[in-house]
Amino acid sequence: MATTHTQRTAKLMVSPSIILLLAWMIIPLGMTIYFSLLRYNLLSPGTESFTGLDNYKYFLTDPAFFAALSNTLVLVLGVLLITVIGGILLALLLDQPMFGQGIVRILVIAPFFVMPTVSALVWKNMFMNPVNGLFAWLAKLFGAQPFDFLAHAPLFSIILIVAWSWLPFATLILLTSLQSLDKDQMEAADMDGAGMLAKFFYITLPHMSRAITVVILIQTIFLLSIFAEILVTTNGGPGTESTNIAFLVYSLSLLQFDVGGGSAGGIVAVILANIVAIFLVRMVGKNLEA
Amino acid sequence: MQQATLNQRKILTSVLAWLIGLMIFFPIFWTILTSFKTEADAIASPPMLFNFSWTTENYTEVLSRSNYFLHFMNSVIISVGSTILALIIAIPAAWSMAFSPTKRTKDVLLWMLSTKMLPPVGVLIPIYLLFREWGLLDTRTGLVIVLTLMNLPIVIWMLYTYFKEIPVDILEAARMDGASLKNEIIYVLTPMAVPGIASTMLLNVILAWNEAFWTLNLTAAKAAPLTAFIASYSSPEGLFYAKLSAASTMAIGPILIMGWFSQKQLVRGLTFGAVK
Amino acid sequence: MKFISRVFVSAITLSFLSLSVAAETITIATVNNGDMIRMQKLSSEFTVANPDIELEWVTLEENILRQRVTTDIATKGGQYDVMTIGTYEVPIWANQGWLYELDNLGEDYDIDDILPAIRDGLSVDGKLFAAPFYGESSMVMYRTDLIEKAGLEMPDAPTWEFIAEAARAMTDKDNEVYGICLRGKAGWGENMAFLTATANSFGARWFDENWTPQFDQPAWKETLDFYVDLLNDAGPPGASSNGFNENLALFQTGKCGMWIDATVAGSFVTNETDSTVADKVGFALAPDTGLGKRGNWLWAWSLAVPAGSAKAVAAQKFVGWATSKEYLDLVADQEGWKNVPPGTRLSLYENETYLAEASFAKMTLESIQSADPTNPTVDPVPYVGVQFVAIPEFQGIATTVGQQFSAALAGTTSVDDALANAQSTVTREMTRAGYIK
Repeated sequence: MATTHTQRTAKLMVSPSIILLLAWMIIPLGMTIYFSLLRYNLLSPGTESFTGLDNYKYFLTDPAFFAALSNTLVLVLGVLLITVIGGILLALLLDQPMFGQGIVRILVIAPFFVMPTVSALVWKNMFMNPVNGLFAWLAKLFGAQPFDFLAHAPLFSIILIVAWSWLPFATLILLTSLQSLDKDQMEAADMDGAGMLAKFFYITLPHMSRAITVVILIQTIFLLSIFAEILVTTNGGPGTESTNIAFLVYSLSLLQFDVGGGSAGGIVAVILANIVAIFLVRMVGKNLEA
Repeated sequence: MQQATLNQRKILTSVLAWLIGLMIFFPIFWTILTSFKTEADAIASPPMLFNFSWTTENYTEVLSRSNYFLHFMNSVIISVGSTILALIIAIPAAWSMAFSPTKRTKDVLLWMLSTKMLPPVGVLIPIYLLFREWGLLDTRTGLVIVLTLMNLPIVIWMLYTYFKEIPVDILEAARMDGASLKNEIIYVLTPMAVPGIASTMLLNVILAWNEAFWTLNLTAAKAAPLTAFIASYSSPEGLFYAKLSAASTMAIGPILIMGWFSQKQLVRGLTFGAVK
Repeated sequence: MKFISRVFVSAITLSFLSLSVAAETITIATVNNGDMIRMQKLSSEFTVANPDIELEWVTLEENILRQRVTTDIATKGGQYDVMTIGTYEVPIWANQGWLYELDNLGEDYDIDDILPAIRDGLSVDGKLFAAPFYGESSMVMYRTDLIEKAGLEMPDAPTWEFIAEAARAMTDKDNEVYGICLRGKAGWGENMAFLTATANSFGARWFDENWTPQFDQPAWKETLDFYVDLLNDAGPPGASSNGFNENLALFQTGKCGMWIDATVAGSFVTNETDSTVADKVGFALAPDTGLGKRGNWLWAWSLAVPAGSAKAVAAQKFVGWATSKEYLDLVADQEGWKNVPPGTRLSLYENETYLAEASFAKMTLESIQSADPTNPTVDPVPYVGVQFVAIPEFQGIATTVGQQFSAALAGTTSVDDALANAQSTVTREMTRAGYIK
């Protein structure tokens, strides 16, 4: 019998957050929707005029749009794949007894603290640069031609950089989950003579599934709007090979100063993000309810 | 005999784990190392590991060109300020959602998370115009507000999942004993919630420290944090690896050290309810 | 009531008083180029002479800077009092009424000393809206030792044919020597500045007199084929992500035989502390194909005062100082004549000490004087600008086209596809902007 009194306090306590987030959503979003219906170039003020859905038509028929859409998906999925699988393996390894576990953990966690612009600058210049980078030097050491990562595998390179930043996050969550695994269950499985793989697939993995879901959810939220890494390394190129939706919207609104088109793109991005969110929410809902 | 194989195994895992750990850490190590080289040594081929002439000239140069301490203080104020503000708003919300859930609680939570999926560039111009109207451009207050709102959903969710783990029985026992709502929060809930709050706070400080879109676009000189400081070293004329490395080290150093010292607290709450 | 009004009045007087007593702080937005960083270092001279003015610096990488100042000026954000902008922005912004006219630069500023080509580019209706900090054209910088080794001799005014031959002859990939370094990084101020200027010398143009895009014409195909083939044969790896700064680093470390880029680089490549090849650099005019136009552009990084600034007087005082003759003397005095910001004042090129110390000076002046923004192409065009088209839409469309050309250089699209994509994008955007009816 939760009293109406506590119910009311509860509402009172939630409402500031809801009101703030609603305002945060509605005011800029409302303005964005309004701008998206205008022909509005920042460089030609005073020429704004209502154009209906013209901006949307231009954005959706832009050949770059489909490239950006698929790049966004590849980027998100690629990073998720690397961080989840790498995270599981690393968590399994770090869960074993070893010398200097604390220090190893410090080493592994470090990339998470590095700001995206810095990590992109460092990878681009000091590692992937085909003349002065360390990778080029390694290639030459083995007698191979240096590979020009950012020109010939731009999306892959960005996935690599982003995955490096997020691997620690995945590893930590998965490791915590692993450490809460019931040791008795493992010993019982040992008694039954279960093999390593069997134990992993029947006991460990199901136990970690919640943690994996959480990793996927949180990372997707951040990965959908990856921007700094692209801006610093490839500027979306060559061509549109590494342009994702966020970067396309950026190039419309801040390189071409086409506020109308950029706003339309922003709205499209919001809709797409919400579609992804619905999928995610279904998945999480199932997994987190238990 | 068994002891011996166990030891062997431990040595093997240790070697493997150390190798991987060092590999993951290597880019940071290399950046720090490069920051002590001269520009010419920084691009020498074959690369120089320790056999170069160590110098601190890059740091002197960076310090003389930029007002590092201003940017540093801005970063601290903005990230800590936005975190505290977010916690003040989020704790009551998460508390009530965790302990007096309604049918819609879950939907509300997920809706909050979905607001985080708005691509910031899409709303930059509106926010810029509003900030100009309200005189918030290039102010720390403005950035604190934006970053609070940016991270609020994550904060609420993280706290919610943490609060939910707190056994309700204890609360009920406290209520039976006639504890008021205030006392309930102060004496029962808070001690149990502190690890979760601490970890949320740490994560949020890290996210706010590293946020590079709003901090760069809404500031000029007075409120510019370290992300803007880095942008002035990103690709200048001529050789720049060593200076860039020094600037990078100075930008990530504080948060790296803080992260390392507090990693136990960070990890404890970084489960998002994933651990049962 | 009386009391309130008295308080009010005294508050106003007080604020006026404090305005006149307390130092005024002006915010300067600038690029992180070497000459600007030097200006920041030397600016203490200005504040010593003007104790009532304090300076705050926002130094950013070129692209970020451009985006920040454009957003600010177009929304009247008022965050900056002095902005560093180029010859592309000045006429467009001045026409929008976004800039203050610079009519109070100091008594001995000697405005007639500014190079006419540069001054024209920064003026609208004879009024100066930005003061040039340094000016540049483009030219060939080459390694005298390598060209000798290849058994060739660089003429003062080479043709593209000769450049291509020399580049291939100088290339020695095993020793990491690449015959030619050119811009490949996408961006209207990066690869498109170079390619647009080069295309002029091949007889190509962006638009015909009716604003119809010309990327489907043979001259553009010839330009792009030539460029892609040349860089594939004789360019460094990763050319498609090299901009001015990347190529400068390559040239300074001895990895390029030739480099065609901004004349301002002359002092960087001959600077002993940064360049390993300082004593082996020669200069020549940008190449041509015999059609009457050379591929050299015209640009000036300039200081302007946005109309939204509340501190325009102090701002203009600073602009006057940083672009004055005295500033040139100050740099010469502290850092040597070679490091003086080039390409703005006639008197600099009449200075015998400068001409003797700066081996690039003669070629710089000739290049700047031979660029003709009002008549940039072989065939007539409706626009002004050598390496750009002075319309607001240009930076957007040229960035997209730059992406295509960068992809063609990286080999991820063919030259033909890149040109076809460029043609369709530009047609689309120009139709949208109302140029094509």
